[in-house]
Amino acid sequence: MTSPQTPGVVPHRLDGGQIAANFSDAQLPFDPHEARVAADRCYFCYDAPCVTACPTAIDIPLFIRQILAGNPEVAARTIWDSNIFGGACARVCPTEQLCEGSCVREVAEGKPVEIGRLQRFATDAGMATNAHPYTRAPSTGRRIAVVGAGPAGLSCAHRLAMHGHDVVVFDKRPKPGGLNEYGIAAYKVPHDFAQAEVDWLLWIGGIELRMGVELGRDMTLDQLRQDFDAVFLGVGLQGVNALRAPGEDKAEVRDAVEFIAGLRQAGDKGAIPIGRSVVVIGGGMTAIDAAVQSKALGAENVTIVYRRDQSQMSASGYEQDHAKHVGVRIVHEAAPVEIKGNGAVHEVQFAYTETTPEGLRVTGNGFRLEADQVFKAIGQTLGALPDGASAMGGKIDPTSLPAGVWVGGDCAPGGEDLTVTAAAQGRDAAEAIHAALMGRN
Amino acid sequence: MANLATNFIGIRSPNPFWLASAPPTDKEYNVRRAFEAGWGGVVWKTLGSEGPPVVNVNGPRYGVIYGADRRVMGINNIELITDRPLEVNLREIKSVKRDYPDRALIISLMVPCDEDSWKAILARIEDTGADGVELNFGCPHGMAERGMGSAVGQVPEYIEMVTRWVKTHSRMPCIVKLTPNISDIRKPAEAAKRGGADAVSLINTINSITSVDLDDFAPEPKIDGKGTHGGYCGPAVKPIALNMVAEIARSPETRGLPISGIGGVTTWRDAAEFMALGAGSVQVCTAAMTYGFRIVQEMITGLSAYMDQKGFTSVDQLVGRAVPNVTDWQYLNLNYVTKARIDQDLCIKCGRCYAACEDTSHQAIAMNPGRVFTVKDEECVACNLCVDVCPVQNCISMVELPKGTMDPRTGVVVGDYANWTTHPNNPMARAAE
Repeated sequence: MTSPQTPGVVPHRLDGGQIAANFSDAQLPFDPHEARVAADRCYFCYDAPCVTACPTAIDIPLFIRQILAGNPEVAARTIWDSNIFGGACARVCPTEQLCEGSCVREVAEGKPVEIGRLQRFATDAGMATNAHPYTRAPSTGRRIAVVGAGPAGLSCAHRLAMHGHDVVVFDKRPKPGGLNEYGIAAYKVPHDFAQAEVDWLLWIGGIELRMGVELGRDMTLDQLRQDFDAVFLGVGLQGVNALRAPGEDKAEVRDAVEFIAGLRQAGDKGAIPIGRSVVVIGGGMTAIDAAVQSKALGAENVTIVYRRDQSQMSASGYEQDHAKHVGVRIVHEAAPVEIKGNGAVHEVQFAYTETTPEGLRVTGNGFRLEADQVFKAIGQTLGALPDGASAMGGKIDPTSLPAGVWVGGDCAPGGEDLTVTAAAQGRDAAEAIHAALMGRN
Repeated sequence: MANLATNFIGIRSPNPFWLASAPPTDKEYNVRRAFEAGWGGVVWKTLGSEGPPVVNVNGPRYGVIYGADRRVMGINNIELITDRPLEVNLREIKSVKRDYPDRALIISLMVPCDEDSWKAILARIEDTGADGVELNFGCPHGMAERGMGSAVGQVPEYIEMVTRWVKTHSRMPCIVKLTPNISDIRKPAEAAKRGGADAVSLINTINSITSVDLDDFAPEPKIDGKGTHGGYCGPAVKPIALNMVAEIARSPETRGLPISGIGGVTTWRDAAEFMALGAGSVQVCTAAMTYGFRIVQEMITGLSAYMDQKGFTSVDQLVGRAVPNVTDWQYLNLNYVTKARIDQDLCIKCGRCYAACEDTSHQAIAMNPGRVFTVKDEECVACNLCVDVCPVQNCISMVELPKGTMDPRTGVVVGDYANWTTHPNNPMARAAE
């Protein structure tokens, strides 16, 4: 019988019921009455700060008012008009940094209108109608290639299809959805929500998915430009940063994104082996997702180690609190200097860091953490660039792209690397492509 | 604790909080619970003539208006007068009054509009020990179709006639309950006074349809697919009731006529407002129906605390205290000039004042960089809408311009009191001399 105390990296540390509970909905949806009470708190601000804070500029006061008036399906339409991934964003947006963080009630009383949960209530109600709310404009005869079936690509594809264009979406993975499908903690999007949302989105028609096809391997950008009237690149960040610490090559030192993706795709999550002691290195959402889910699988000791101070962590305060609540320890201002082990990792040597005018510096002080598994979550990077394109600041430089090629999402500059930013950039690129193709610049 | 003892037209009660004639006062069981909970008085649910009692519908009797958290804002009802036999009610009234001699117990009556019917019912209630009668000339539904309730209350001559019959055939104090479903509430009040009424009580319920079922296309409350108008009451009707009470309190023809105030009283404050406008007692129904009888404890403690704070030792010191300040529009001081002021420390930057002023008023609020909202004195007419819609109490206030300063909107220097009667724009203006 395995338990959290069982040494090594083993599956089934917790029984099936416990695993299922740990991976169920992190936040329960509103019931209609709760939603109405929550909606009534909205002041319907003029030029509302929440809208300004939303990268997709959803008309939040309007959709909340529509909920209040008993029309969540109409509210959903308001959300989708600006953000076709409103359902996913309701679940994964760092709302405390965006809409809810700027809510006047947050400023006034530290208790914002629960915009994220209200958005989920509306979009769930809208999707439950089992009808797609949009119809396509008459066919334009134009064809557009979208590379990457993540939030940016599909947001772009949906808007293009709406305008009457035909879209082919290419993605190297077997399933569409991008990071919504592979990159987000399972407990944030249970019940296969990401696929359900993609299916619902595709009901508009005019979007063909070609999965298992990779740009650079199976086709080139030039070919796409010849075959299509326009190309949108929403390829995301496909590489991961290395620790650059000795011992990084030891067994059970893994990329957190790969661990998270594996969990998302696993039918029986309990069958995934997890260490008794897990160390996660990084300070973003990926680090939190890896750590929380390690705990959910039954790891006894889970520690996030971040090299800078707490204020610099890119994970939201809500996420950090959630991690601590489930028993994850977060250590700040320490960097790995060596990963030790005989074949597989068994401990990590850390050194404390200090911030100096010259930048971050590793001190002589440190500590060791026992580790059966190490997850690296220190940021993702661009993969191979399409021919002709160049990078700038870690992103594809849009000015380096040939005519007729647009870019958006995590691989593009501008904004945070968030689903909502990708949805906005995909949508805006679609409008730009539409304007260019239809001669309405 | 201030003494709340009330003497209303000779009817004594330990506090001015009475339960109105309505479902909560239909039976001995309920009324005993009410008295145990602390209610100062009860107006027993309306009795009809001897004989087979009226019947009620067997579907919903009430419709409701909700706030967002299902807070009851208003209820309408299509319930008729008591549907229990007269002798049962009389026996119970006697029993309750015997056990609670210090509480007010008034019997509401509604019988056909002929002298014999009134004479007969008055004879029947004489030995119950009740303190008085209330004539139900108010209910707007059901009974009105049979020539009773508001059908009487809408015709001042009938009110006067029936009141006179009652005063002729009974020595009991007589309160006439008025319907608000009339254009000028002073007329029925004057008629009651002419007929010899000791007091009026108001308002009875307002004719209403609470909502429409948009699937069945039928009004609520709905009985087998049909609905009818019912009487509306609760917090939503309070402003209408306050005005009607004030109109009677300040009218030269009815000034001094005791008033029992009714209409949306929910807390001590509502009661105190009715009393300040001239009500010597208040009657409550919807709040009790929503929350139960225990609410009276809040009313008692709240009114006591307020009176202590004001230094009032008797409710008489409160009753009517605001009446002299209710006037006609034409006597309002047109030289009283205020301007909105926004407290930037309290402002939460929602912009509701701006939207309200810019879209629907006088474009007197500026939206500055950083969502800083400021008042443009040269445009502000002091309408108060920004104060009303601001979600933060005391964030926006109306500040009076001192006499002698210039109003930047009109360019006129603030002067002494002057009203419309002497205003140059008034074609009827009379010279001040």
